[in-house]
Amino acid sequence: MSATHATESVNPGGATIRAPSAGEDSIPDGGRAPDRRSVTTPDLITVRNLKMHFPVTEGALIPRVVAHVKAVDGISFTIRKGETLGLVGESGCGKTTTGRCILRLEHATGGEIVFDGKNLIELDRKAMNALRQKIQVIFQDPYSSLNPRMKIGEIIAEPMKVHGTEPNKAARDARVTELLGLCGLDPRFADRYPHEMSGGQRQRVGIARALSVRPEFIICDEAISALDVSIQAQIINLLEDLRDEFNLTYLFIAHDLSVVRHLCHRVAVMYLGKIVELADCDELYNNPLHPYTQALLAAVPVPDPEVERQRAHQIVKGEVPSPINPPSGCVFHPRCRLAVGDCARTIPEFRELRPGHWVACSVVQSLREKSGAS
Amino acid sequence: MTKLLEIENLQTHFFTSAGVVKAVDGISYDVNEGETIAIVGESGCGKSVSALSILRLVASPPGRVVGGSIHFKGRDLLQLNDEDIRHVRGRDIAMVFQEPMTSLNPVLTVGRQLTETLQQHLGMTREQADARAIELLGLVGIAEPERRLKQYPHHFSGGMRQRVMIAMALCCEPKLIIADEPTTALDVTIQAQILELMKDLTRRLGVALIVITHNLGIVARYADRVNVMYAGKIIESGTAHDIYHDPQHPYTLALLKSVPRMDRPRQARLDPVQGQPPDLTRLDNGCAFRPRCGFAVARCAREAPPLVRAGAGGHLAACWETETVAGSLQRAS
Repeated sequence: MSATHATESVNPGGATIRAPSAGEDSIPDGGRAPDRRSVTTPDLITVRNLKMHFPVTEGALIPRVVAHVKAVDGISFTIRKGETLGLVGESGCGKTTTGRCILRLEHATGGEIVFDGKNLIELDRKAMNALRQKIQVIFQDPYSSLNPRMKIGEIIAEPMKVHGTEPNKAARDARVTELLGLCGLDPRFADRYPHEMSGGQRQRVGIARALSVRPEFIICDEAISALDVSIQAQIINLLEDLRDEFNLTYLFIAHDLSVVRHLCHRVAVMYLGKIVELADCDELYNNPLHPYTQALLAAVPVPDPEVERQRAHQIVKGEVPSPINPPSGCVFHPRCRLAVGDCARTIPEFRELRPGHWVACSVVQSLREKSGAS
Repeated sequence: MTKLLEIENLQTHFFTSAGVVKAVDGISYDVNEGETIAIVGESGCGKSVSALSILRLVASPPGRVVGGSIHFKGRDLLQLNDEDIRHVRGRDIAMVFQEPMTSLNPVLTVGRQLTETLQQHLGMTREQADARAIELLGLVGIAEPERRLKQYPHHFSGGMRQRVMIAMALCCEPKLIIADEPTTALDVTIQAQILELMKDLTRRLGVALIVITHNLGIVARYADRVNVMYAGKIIESGTAHDIYHDPQHPYTLALLKSVPRMDRPRQARLDPVQGQPPDLTRLDNGCAFRPRCGFAVARCAREAPPLVRAGAGGHLAACWETETVAGSLQRAS
């Protein structure tokens, strides 16, 4: 998906769609198709050709770089205001690193992240800190992401102190009470410590903390994965209610595909540092085009023995290769059921094969072109 | 079908400074030869402790099996002395743990960890054990077993380590394998591989399997019978079909309704189980699910319902209001 192979893209009808010129990346923005859940507001955040390569060093005294882990290797996407984009993939595919780059918890190696007209990667410390008020995060583990020595009220009030949004203590306390109520917690929890609460309650505190400075954009990094099944649905409903009430935009990073389907407008599937498919939620789940997405969807067991008996169990072979020395060509080719000889040599382009549906697979692309031509 | 394992009124309690935690509070179930049984529940419901109790692996103190019996091929495992139970572990009943990262010894080669069991339990020589270990690694789908045998656990990925764990469990051709959340730490494509492997091997070798999990999807795909646990008790038990298509207990029903499903149209809103799981040190005489239950009546606070026949065949449920639950299902459909 890098600038080098941005040539002409052809849709199944044979008509030429906008071909990005050299040096300019195609931004898969998709979702223009009429869909009851699609969002047509302006873009809030644009990620272009984002790269995060971590150096691998050898030698204790004078470390020298021997290789790079290409955790994120040239990904592009946009998220519109009020939209929820799901980012799915298996562990090590770079989905969390993508979120951390947007938060500037990692300093990206290349590309740009445009938020509010500013490129986050180039911002100085002061400007970035000011912008952090608008971008908040909810972490996976509600046990390690709350300071055990702080009271719940202090935890929720801290971002307001740091950003100076509520300089007055009484106003802060009032806001804490309001936030606890919003997140379904008793206001008396403000005087308690994290260890007195269950996992679900702690995650509600994490959400209240993220909301305290009235952000526009929240990155949910596996925000419900650590919770019990009966609690997950409570938190999903809460995230949905808050999105509607405050017109929030989410980047929802998760590996649970059924939860992502429930919550997201559009979904991007990552594999080994690259986005392999991006489409509207219903389109992606009803009509997955990339063989990896298909395998991923087939692997999710459905809680119904009758449905399970009738489903085709297509199981993908092998494991995710090391991102230090990823396979040549298409990174998925060693595990792919459709792979042909050329897949090991050519990096597939990321193309829009149906309106708003982007796929990086040369086999699927050529099949589509053939059927489109006949 | 012959009964392989019979658990009768098992009670495992933990004696902590905060009080007595009745982690397992009187559960009974059977496992037939070659059958796959699932135990489902949320964290803290006692599903792992109930399985660890079978092999007497509950740390003592603070835990102790305070009552009941566990008959395996006619012998009560709870009455065996330490030496005898050691012969059962690994040879008759093997275990696969959740964390493949922490349940292998990092300073021993994978081969040594496999051959140790073979030499210990079956009295094989080193050469015989090595040959058998290579065969086992091949059986669980590890390529180049001769080379892999000499490697350490850190050379293996999570999925590969879980395959090693399964090979270790199969070492002595046990009659029963207990798998405690065998795929929770794994990615979904690897999870599918491991589950398929376990299903294939248990069918082929005729091994019975107890799978402990919180994932309702896994249960639907792999289990013959399902026990649902809540607060230390089995609250519903039946075939996978019974549990998923004809749930009799409000908790099972609520749990099934709370998960988004990929095979159905997208719902506008999820229907979660209200409230929090109970504190096991503060249970009263009533039904533990009562505070979260939409069907609760006055009787639920007075006495805990026993696990009795509900619905067809061997379907059991512990609820006073099963008829109302079944009625609500019929109205909904």
